[in-house]
Amino acid sequence: MLPKQEVVAMLLAGGQGSRLGVLTRNQAKPAVPFGGKYRIIDFPLSNCVNSGIETVGVLTQYQPLELNEYIGSGQPWDLDSMNAGVHVLPPYQRARGSDWYKGTANAIYQNIRFIDRYNPDYVVILSGDHIYKMDYSKMVAFHKEHEAACTIAEQEVPMAEASRFGILNTNEDGSIYEFDEKPKHPKSNKASMGIYVFTWSKLRQYLEADEADKKSGKDFGHDVLPAMLAAGEKMMAYNFSGYWKDVGTIESLWEANMDLLNPNVPLELNDNDWKIYARNQALPPQYIAATANVQNSIISEGCNVYGTVDFSVVSSDVYIAPDAVVRDSIIMPGARIEEGAVVQYAIVATGSVVGAGSVVGERPENMENKEDWGVAVVGPGCRLAPESKVAPKEMIDAEEAAKK
Amino acid sequence: MRGNNILGILFANVHDEKVHELTEVRTLASAPFGGRYRLIDFPLSNMVNSGINKVGVITNNNYQSLLDHLGSGKAWDLSRKREGLYILPPFGTENSRYVNRVEALSAISNFIVNSREEYVLLCDCDIVCNIDYGEVLASHIKNNADITVVYKSGKLPTHDSDTVTLSTSPEGRVVELLVNPTQEGECNYGMSMSLLRRDLLLRLVHECVSRNAYDVYRDIMQRNLNNLRIFGYEFTGYAANICSINSFYEANMALMLPKVREQLFNPMRPIYTKVRDDMPTRYGLGSVVKNSLVADGSLIEGEVENCVIFRGVKVAKGAKLQNCIIMQDTVIGENSSLSYVVTDKDVQIQNDRTLMGFQSYPVFIAKGSVV
Repeated sequence: MLPKQEVVAMLLAGGQGSRLGVLTRNQAKPAVPFGGKYRIIDFPLSNCVNSGIETVGVLTQYQPLELNEYIGSGQPWDLDSMNAGVHVLPPYQRARGSDWYKGTANAIYQNIRFIDRYNPDYVVILSGDHIYKMDYSKMVAFHKEHEAACTIAEQEVPMAEASRFGILNTNEDGSIYEFDEKPKHPKSNKASMGIYVFTWSKLRQYLEADEADKKSGKDFGHDVLPAMLAAGEKMMAYNFSGYWKDVGTIESLWEANMDLLNPNVPLELNDNDWKIYARNQALPPQYIAATANVQNSIISEGCNVYGTVDFSVVSSDVYIAPDAVVRDSIIMPGARIEEGAVVQYAIVATGSVVGAGSVVGERPENMENKEDWGVAVVGPGCRLAPESKVAPKEMIDAEEAAKK
Repeated sequence: MRGNNILGILFANVHDEKVHELTEVRTLASAPFGGRYRLIDFPLSNMVNSGINKVGVITNNNYQSLLDHLGSGKAWDLSRKREGLYILPPFGTENSRYVNRVEALSAISNFIVNSREEYVLLCDCDIVCNIDYGEVLASHIKNNADITVVYKSGKLPTHDSDTVTLSTSPEGRVVELLVNPTQEGECNYGMSMSLLRRDLLLRLVHECVSRNAYDVYRDIMQRNLNNLRIFGYEFTGYAANICSINSFYEANMALMLPKVREQLFNPMRPIYTKVRDDMPTRYGLGSVVKNSLVADGSLIEGEVENCVIFRGVKVAKGAKLQNCIIMQDTVIGENSSLSYVVTDKDVQIQNDRTLMGFQSYPVFIAKGSVV
């Protein structure tokens, strides 16, 4: 038997993330690059280790190859320990009935045996599509103090935007009396962050009941949490006021990257007390040439910059040719921006080549019809021929690029 | 497939006195280089990339930073169940410190005896290059050599105090080997790397010790030129010899040349180093960076030209750096101006300071200094 772990974290990383389009066509959303050298999953994993949670189950299902390889033994996050550590948990075949993960709750249900091996008191449920730095141990302490069955992290959002979120309506003592999924007329501005702490014995019981319920959609937000509330379990809202951003869409992914360039946004990644760990490639330092012009940007190791980079996030091993211009954009690992190309308000994905003289994206102020403006996306492995054009809002994948 | 039957032995300290500025607080092996590396990263990565699974690092003093850097050897994939990294500080009470290579080899003879590899590669830490030792072994076997010495052909490195030059016969056999010759200009000079059979090494070391002879080049090689088949292997890639603060400075500056970076940082044979988990480099509004090598975790808000900037360096607004090497976690204050300056780790240059050196005489600021 394994030594007891007080807290086990389960990270939901199996969703397709279809709103990220070409970026997640061949890889799961948590493996999408972020902030130059990171992947989205580095944030919840680093938060876990920094919070003292040493047992993490990562539930994978959609395109897991790259994610599995990235997590590996968990060594970059110090999660390769002897009796705990990170475990990748795909759905598997059983003697009697086997199935894909049918929903977030079903994914945890199928891994009850994994969690039971550690005999935990609490289980933390996390998702792999948020950028934030959070001490889960404080949230677990809050959960313990209030003797709750479930604690949900919440962040106050502007009232005008509240109808885009799942809203928690609470009593004065912070206990939840109602869930309001994307309400037209929100009663409060406490948005659920999709981070839950459960008392394991309670959750186990409700997961089994939910599984038996044929009508259930097997989802935490829609099925399990309302069932717990209806049964009168104590459910608490835990306020988190630090930086937190969902990066589930192209726009929000782009914005969250740009937030790293804004000194007024409280997302410090060089904090020695709360490092964000990532798997490192062995690359030399970046070289900024005499012809280069770099300002207001983040640039990663292994880059060779000969052109202009302004208000951009440039990932590792990127080449930016002389006279190329990159503005307000995200360039993902291994991409090449050839001579004279202009990339503005765009995401150029891993391993893409933007041919000489190409124009990708456009500045909003140059658009006649503002409605047509949006971030342009060049998908992974695209090879754009010289003088190509990618319009704002357009999303192009490798096959389309080959036809152009 | 990995594994090529070679035991790697690295001498971490043997050239310490040549770059005394950097080795006051560390071994030459752990001297910072090229923005994010330590000198030992080059020989160690070369060994690992050539399939060497077992490496012993001999050190005799000042080795705290070396131990800190190497750790378990994980960063070089040398933290393994079978073989891996062995750190060999002085052991025993009789000879508290090794003074030279032969003495050190004799002191670790148990380690060598207990290894299973057929060959041993001896290597110092004063050469920065990317070399495939598999080819050295192939040449060693082809020549049916007893010892293979790696050399480079070219202008003798200046400022070096113990160069070895050699002349070879047309088939590559070393016919003459000189230690500290008065020679100038083009010649074949040793790169302080030699390959030989493990049992032969043990025999030669034992013979030397019993005669109270302790110099690898004079007592092992020079004396045995006729008895042993000593061959040269010419390395034709880029190599920099770190034998003074000037050559250290020049070797860092050479990294601005695309050809040098291409050869040193060959993606098929990467140079590994300890991971620091810094965020990528941030460039502020108004920063001007030209022809410079910049490592992760830095924050650049001033002007930087022809510089090597290590990890975690801060360059404040209005600061001007030209032709400088700025090591880890140095802070350059506002409106200060530096030219031809080498700062060691953790240096603080306060606001409005001006420091100027010259290309042939860079100003060196010791670790942790406040200016």
